Amino acid sequence: MTELHDATNVTNPEHAEHHIVTPRTYIFVFITLLIFTGLTVVAAYIDLGIFNPVVALAIASFKAVVVLLFFMHVKYQSRLIKLTVASGFFTFLVLTTLSLSDYISRAWGLW
Amino acid sequence: MDNVIQATHPPTHAIDHAEEHEHVFLPQHLHHFATEEQQREAGTFGMWLFLLTEIMFFGGMFFSYLVYRNWYYDAFAVASNQLSVPLGGTNTAVLITSGFFMALAVWASEMRKKGFLVICLLLTMLFGTVFIGIKGVEYHEKWEKHHIPGAHFDTAEFVNPHAYGINEEPLSPAAATKTQLFFSLYFLMTGIHAIHMMIGLGILVWLVFRAHRGDFTAGYVAPIENFALYWHFVDIVWLFLFPLLYLINRHPGR
Repeated sequence: MTELHDATNVTNPEHAEHHIVTPRTYIFVFITLLIFTGLTVVAAYIDLGIFNPVVALAIASFKAVVVLLFFMHVKYQSRLIKLTVASGFFTFLVLTTLSLSDYISRAWGLW
Repeated sequence: MDNVIQATHPPTHAIDHAEEHEHVFLPQHLHHFATEEQQREAGTFGMWLFLLTEIMFFGGMFFSYLVYRNWYYDAFAVASNQLSVPLGGTNTAVLITSGFFMALAVWASEMRKKGFLVICLLLTMLFGTVFIGIKGVEYHEKWEKHHIPGAHFDTAEFVNPHAYGINEEPLSPAAATKTQLFFSLYFLMTGIHAIHMMIGLGILVWLVFRAHRGDFTAGYVAPIENFALYWHFVDIVWLFLFPLLYLINRHPGR
């Protein structure tokens, strides 16, 4: 099959090797996620004022990134996949920012 | 640029070697892909495009949560404290465990361990089902307390919390009706999340059946891998739902 695969005919010849993530890594990730779940509960019972939701979201985002990188193998994928994933979250942030700026500039009394 | 290069290489292989061109059917390498790696990446890419639409789908709900939480913060904080942190926290751990076994299932499929793959998929299903069960217990409690938005919604616990032994600042009747918004979003977001899990459990039944037949332990990993992406994505949604819905303000009295 390799003689059919003309390397010059492929825009992006970099198809990631099939990387097999080991159970060791999965166990490590699993324990990390459980620890941070505990942390987020503990943090919620401490009065941090305005930083409570910030800490909660930071921990949730950290857990999400760990899941994305290791459970979902994004760390081991080609640049095409990495860019696809990043563009999705980036677009979500753009839409949120645009919608928020709309809401914030309308209902003055409520914010 | 690439088209030019392609034109200088007429596809002679198909004509010259027609008689020796056997059709070996490998599900992990269909004939319109140059290499197995290309097919695998195309599949992963397609799955991620689907998951991006899911980000947008859940994103809209997260956004409405953000707006209403800012507008009616007091009602949201009080209503949020009606949810059970032990049950929600347990469910988070249960879901992470389910995702862990799904990750192991991918490894088992890659290492061609059929028995272990089936066990991992069954454990994924087990923990997924436990999650739905705990969710059902929580929903039932809301049903009994009349905290499901609609004609029978009861704001008594929010207007007069001390009569119910709840250590919260009482809300005015007008503000207390806004707790319905919290519960609407709570049921919408956890409900859509639960529906995603039930669809996942349905697909898992089919995957277990095929895995038992040996479909995924001879080099063809894509269905397991792509389903794992879906399952982990649903996990991620919950990782955000848990702190946002259950842990808004757990130190009442400030």
